[in-house]
Amino acid sequence: MAEREYDASSHAPPAEVGEMELVHPRTFIGKYIWSQDAKVIAIQYGLTATAIGLVALVLSILIRLQLGFPNSVSLIDPASYLQHVTMHGMIMVVYLLTAILLGGFGNYLIPLMCGARDMAFPYLNMLSFWTYLLSVLILVAGFFVPGGSSGAGWTLYPPQSISPGTPGVDGGIVLMLVSLAVFIIGFTMGGLNYVVTVLQARTRGMTLMRLPLTVWGIFMATVMALLAFPALLVAALMLLMDLLLGTSFFMPEMLAMGEITEREGGSPLLFQHLFWFFGHPEVYIVALPAFGIVSDLLAVHARKNIFGYRMMVWALIIIGVLSFVVWAHHMFVSGMNPYFGFLFATTTLIIAVPTAIKVYNWVLTLWRGNIRFTVPMLFAIGFLFTFVNGGLSGLFLGNVTADVPLSDTYFVVGHFHMVMAVAPIMVIFGAIYHWYPKMTGRMLNDTLGKIHFWVTFLGTYLIYYPMHFIGLEGVPRRYYAYGETTFISDSVQTLNAGITIAAIIVAATQLLFLFNLAWSYFRGRESGPNPWQATTLEWQTPHTPPRHGNFGDALPVVYRWPYDYGVPGAKDDFIPQNVPPEAVEYLDGAHATGKGAT
Amino acid sequence: MAMAVALIVLAVGSVLFFLFSPWHLTPLASNWEAIDRTISISFWVTGLVFLAVTLFMALALVRFGYQKQRRSRYEPENKPLEAWLTGLTTLGIAALLAPGLFVWGSFVSVPEDAHEVEVVAQQWHWGFRFPGEDGTLGAARSSLIDAGNPFGIDPDDPHGQDDVLVENPRLLLPVDRPVKLILRSKDVIHNFKVAPFRAKMDVVPGQTSYFWLTPTQTGEFEAVCAELCGIAHFAMRAKVAVVEQPSFDAWLAEQPTYAELESLEPADPDAGAERFSACVACHGPQGEGQQAINAPRLAGLDRDYFTRQLHLFQSGARGTHEADRFGQQMRPFATSLSDQAIRDIAAYVETLPVTPTRDTIIGDAERGARLYRTCASCHGAQGAGMAAFKAPRLAGMNDWYLVRQLRHFRDGIRGRHPQDGYGNQMVDMAQILIDDRALADVTAYIGTLAQQTAASNVDATRTEE
Repeated sequence: MAEREYDASSHAPPAEVGEMELVHPRTFIGKYIWSQDAKVIAIQYGLTATAIGLVALVLSILIRLQLGFPNSVSLIDPASYLQHVTMHGMIMVVYLLTAILLGGFGNYLIPLMCGARDMAFPYLNMLSFWTYLLSVLILVAGFFVPGGSSGAGWTLYPPQSISPGTPGVDGGIVLMLVSLAVFIIGFTMGGLNYVVTVLQARTRGMTLMRLPLTVWGIFMATVMALLAFPALLVAALMLLMDLLLGTSFFMPEMLAMGEITEREGGSPLLFQHLFWFFGHPEVYIVALPAFGIVSDLLAVHARKNIFGYRMMVWALIIIGVLSFVVWAHHMFVSGMNPYFGFLFATTTLIIAVPTAIKVYNWVLTLWRGNIRFTVPMLFAIGFLFTFVNGGLSGLFLGNVTADVPLSDTYFVVGHFHMVMAVAPIMVIFGAIYHWYPKMTGRMLNDTLGKIHFWVTFLGTYLIYYPMHFIGLEGVPRRYYAYGETTFISDSVQTLNAGITIAAIIVAATQLLFLFNLAWSYFRGRESGPNPWQATTLEWQTPHTPPRHGNFGDALPVVYRWPYDYGVPGAKDDFIPQNVPPEAVEYLDGAHATGKGAT
Repeated sequence: MAMAVALIVLAVGSVLFFLFSPWHLTPLASNWEAIDRTISISFWVTGLVFLAVTLFMALALVRFGYQKQRRSRYEPENKPLEAWLTGLTTLGIAALLAPGLFVWGSFVSVPEDAHEVEVVAQQWHWGFRFPGEDGTLGAARSSLIDAGNPFGIDPDDPHGQDDVLVENPRLLLPVDRPVKLILRSKDVIHNFKVAPFRAKMDVVPGQTSYFWLTPTQTGEFEAVCAELCGIAHFAMRAKVAVVEQPSFDAWLAEQPTYAELESLEPADPDAGAERFSACVACHGPQGEGQQAINAPRLAGLDRDYFTRQLHLFQSGARGTHEADRFGQQMRPFATSLSDQAIRDIAAYVETLPVTPTRDTIIGDAERGARLYRTCASCHGAQGAGMAAFKAPRLAGMNDWYLVRQLRHFRDGIRGRHPQDGYGNQMVDMAQILIDDRALADVTAYIGTLAQQTAASNVDATRTEE
């Protein structure tokens, strides 16, 4: 940071940022339905993702009812159990997490945080949302076709996923694959937009190394998604052809329902390689935006600069790159050549190093901070704890040897829910509590928020932590019932009942959160433009909520990095990014030159 | 403050849970203690890191709560600290990885003296093949599979002739001898898992995969499927018994070879018809069954199922449970039959006509249809049974018999015997019939299938004429 001198010319390069021409619609439909405003599109994404996420939440409760109280709900038979498991997984990973983090937060925050009027291609952005909505509708249609949705597990492994006898093979699987293809098309439109906006539409002075980590996280995740989703698209299309046209990309010489089929020469493992070539980066496509957002939440609410900013940026980039060479750790016991294990275990454990660095830096950001225990901060700390826990259990599974007995058990279920479900959801909740005032001009209710946090945080830990241990005992996942399995102790059933009760309580608490969202919209305390005293540009808009075009007449000029909290000598404990050096007030009345530089 | 307390409680609680939870790795029964060691090293290393990070975080929360007067420390980076942390983490990761890779080295190196067993998976049961005296497994392909050649062995490959075939889902392995398990699937992906062995691997159609181990403990273990393979995935079980070498040899010698199965005298339905006269007193002249003496219909049962059940009666795997009164009555008749007699009778019974039965159970066929969705996976949408799934005909069987047997399966009166592998599976599946109403409903639905079947049988007979 030695080069940081308060010289406005060096900090705000005089390059011209071209003004965007925006379409300002006058009708309600133009403003809120066929809107090209990234902020409206963000909320459309968010609401759609939340709605479909609630469906997946209900499915998870049905799954838990069967596991906790087997055969007590006559509606759930083995086929529907697997259908619920499949849809729950697919919806949560793709249609909720990916959509809300990139489509939701990406759309809302990228233009605002970069100091842009809107996304680079507003029309394409609108198209992206409507394509996403279409993909959700196609997916939901799967519930209603004869035979119902697919029950092949969210990984959709062939031959099972397209073989007769598998639930949903008559139509559900087709709709799921088509929906995925449509989703990817929609995402590609949005994703290109996010990348171009970050690279080309930043305001004057907003260098790459002055971007808030939120933008860095979403940016890297988008780049990764643009590279990873095509693998899924290809896999989905080839699987569709195998199903509908009778090709054999993934289908070997085999029997189906006891009868010899016409299939020949395909490779089931090829699908798994394609799927996980997408699937592993997907973990980080969800994680990196969460990493970025949580960095900002911690800095703002601990009133402290993020520790090791440059290291954080590089860690994001390194994780993004490495995540493309670890995919086969999902396949250690898949029957692929076992010698692959050496390579993929090594790359997988290497990725733990930049990830660990991020954790250290978050924790060191708290150290000697001035921590406000606001609701967003509670969720951020909840994320840290959960992520550390889930990350560490990943070291078992990534280490090929330890993975052998643990794969396909509840250890895996516990691990990926901790790291891929609870951790990002913690950040998503934290982010909603954090940015809701900017989106609506009102604060969310604090008491409801705290209840929501504590029940969700403690409840999810009670749900997922013990799962690791029954996995250790060998309890397999994706089992409708356990019957009299000799190696499973009776106490597992007691635990399963307990987990189910915890899950129901946690799920019910989410309704409280939805109520809070609705109630506060009308009755919440007015927030003012910058309730958290944050430095980044979205809090410096002339209007709250920001209007179309974000920044009124003139785009802001950026003079500093986004983490000027607790600058020594400065009067306020935060200096927004757009405050020029000469405007900073110091306690001793002195002025800018040289002061505060580190 | 609350948050700091929560973090400390969670961290300490998690460690206590680890130490005192009732769930651990199952007692090891193979040579793979190195896998257990890797897991326990991982627990200690990650446990320490978890405690350190969480407690440090809690300390930060306690010490640096918000005070209006105070400022946070402005420290954008601290290169030496970051370098140290990176270095230490890299070392820690290397310490975890190195032993893991070392063990993986032995996992992928099968000892030269390992004997081979082929595990053959299909929806939803296991079969096993030993290479026989020549020590080499014969070539096999899925496209060669039929009722007479369930393993798909190539009849032209001389190595296949002496292969020993185990169709019953019960595998014996000799203790303290390394074994290479070669895995093959007929249909979808499965995974052969015996928890106390630790090692496991997917079974993938179109290729073979393998793993090896040395069983070190005698006893009987349960094999399960650990890769989602369809609706009865959870009921796809087998038994693996680890025994001393002599018992293993004796057992293996009892199992038929491929050549023996091929050269078996064909079953003779005419001879079966004669022998069937011993059965008619109870089961009726056309095997139509008599409710008054609780003798079920036999007509239309496939020979595979029929043979298997009589053998189960013979060995005491069926008809010995104290609550199975009528099964007990059947046992002495079954034990009086020779293997050839059973095969002949089975061939005859298969030819007997399936005629409509009288409804004696009242149930809601519409509700039953939904329940039957699960049954259809193996017994077929029309209830005609599917030999490949070892699933007998249901349509056309007496409804009172079906209800009783389903109840017996559900309550573990039938199907619990360790030698009755497919019965074991049916016990698991019957759990979906949560009450007597469900039993009646599904049986009522099966009754409607019987009428359709009967109608189509009449058509078929006409066509033949």
